[in-house]
Amino acid sequence: MVRAALPGRLSWRAGTVSAVRQETPSARTLVLEIPDWPGHLPGQHLDLRLTAEDGYSAQRSYSIASDWSAASGQVEITIQRLDDGEVSPYLTDVVEPGDQIELRGPIGGWFVWRATQPAPVLLVAGGSGIVPLMAMIRDRGRRRARQPFRLIYSVRTPEDACFADELRRRVRDDPGLDVHFVYTRKTPDGWPTPPKRIDVATINSHGWPPDFAPDVFVCGPTSFVETAADILVALGHDPKKVRTERFGGA
Amino acid sequence: MGIISRGFGGRRRDSAPDLPPGQYLTHDFPVLSAGPTPRVPLDRWRLTVATESGQKHTWDWSELLALPSEEITKDIHCVTKWSKLGTTWRGVSLDTLFEDVETAADYVMAHSYGGYTTNIPFEDLLDGKAWIAYEFDGEPLHPEHGGPARLLIPHLYFWKSAKWVNGLEMMLEDEPGFWEAAGYHMYGDPWSEQRYQGD
Repeated sequence: MVRAALPGRLSWRAGTVSAVRQETPSARTLVLEIPDWPGHLPGQHLDLRLTAEDGYSAQRSYSIASDWSAASGQVEITIQRLDDGEVSPYLTDVVEPGDQIELRGPIGGWFVWRATQPAPVLLVAGGSGIVPLMAMIRDRGRRRARQPFRLIYSVRTPEDACFADELRRRVRDDPGLDVHFVYTRKTPDGWPTPPKRIDVATINSHGWPPDFAPDVFVCGPTSFVETAADILVALGHDPKKVRTERFGGA
Repeated sequence: MGIISRGFGGRRRDSAPDLPPGQYLTHDFPVLSAGPTPRVPLDRWRLTVATESGQKHTWDWSELLALPSEEITKDIHCVTKWSKLGTTWRGVSLDTLFEDVETAADYVMAHSYGGYTTNIPFEDLLDGKAWIAYEFDGEPLHPEHGGPARLLIPHLYFWKSAKWVNGLEMMLEDEPGFWEAAGYHMYGDPWSEQRYQGD
């Protein structure tokens, strides 16, 4: 196992929302200006703290969607609205540019892609599991890195796909990036197959052969990650090369 | 005191006095792991306690089940902020496992199928504070949640309760395990919010 550099004390910082972008009907990106942000690796997350007027506060972790360049100094998080959630509806519906939010990070040294890793990369996203994987795709693009990337992205309907336009543009402009969509409820017009869930054939056809020893990152809801990781291991991928991030709950 | 978040009231629907600071209640059972779920056949399952002198004590599955077990009902707290109250487990107390183990070491590294590790002070495993758990809610522990058997140390953040546990290695000096080497706290007390190093 690679030992990550040990961060110092993670202090809370006040970030300012500089812009918001609606990604899908239920997902929104917050662009944050965070003074003295130390930078982050693609795949890391941050902790966010909201405080009500009476002092009640709630904390959540969110994956960082953006790659880091000191020049832009900006950090983006993309939040999927959970209807029964306490924090995500606030971030997707209420927050406006100019608002301040307390943040700390970056956090996590395991589920990260480093441009120094020479292996080809397979990204497998379920729903909003695309977010940390998008940071990897963006980091690769900014660096013009040569490692071939393949993304398998499972969404319910075409409307649920985050970053769809950007992904299409990158497939055209970033050499060595392939993207394959899996639609589980509704496909776009003219799609060659009916809706289906990710399966052995999908990963076999659109992933890398285990012989290539790719670095694999799987992120999504628990049941999705369990299914995808089981398939990868059954296909012969070394479990130690398959990194997972699961989410579920409120 | 943080910045006030304009328009944030919080739902507080599930507030409870038993919640450590920064935690929220969940009623489902989230799964968090660093890699694929290992599937460990019971006839190949082993648990080994290795002391600092190199002595090894090993139990296979039937030997584990033959030890006296306890039903445990405890709250559990994940560093990712969810807490689940009143969870019920069955397992073997580490006091039972360590009855015949001679050691002067103060620290333990828990090892798991799949390669995960986490460090715990030895005293946090004794006196009715920790178990090797193999049932949850009266059912065999599901592989996603660490089955066939996991460490259960409810008073620490749940990353210390190593899933798929297969070894306890006594250490004279404390060393970071998997998440600790990646910046998580060496101890992990939920009531002091010891999430990351320096907390």
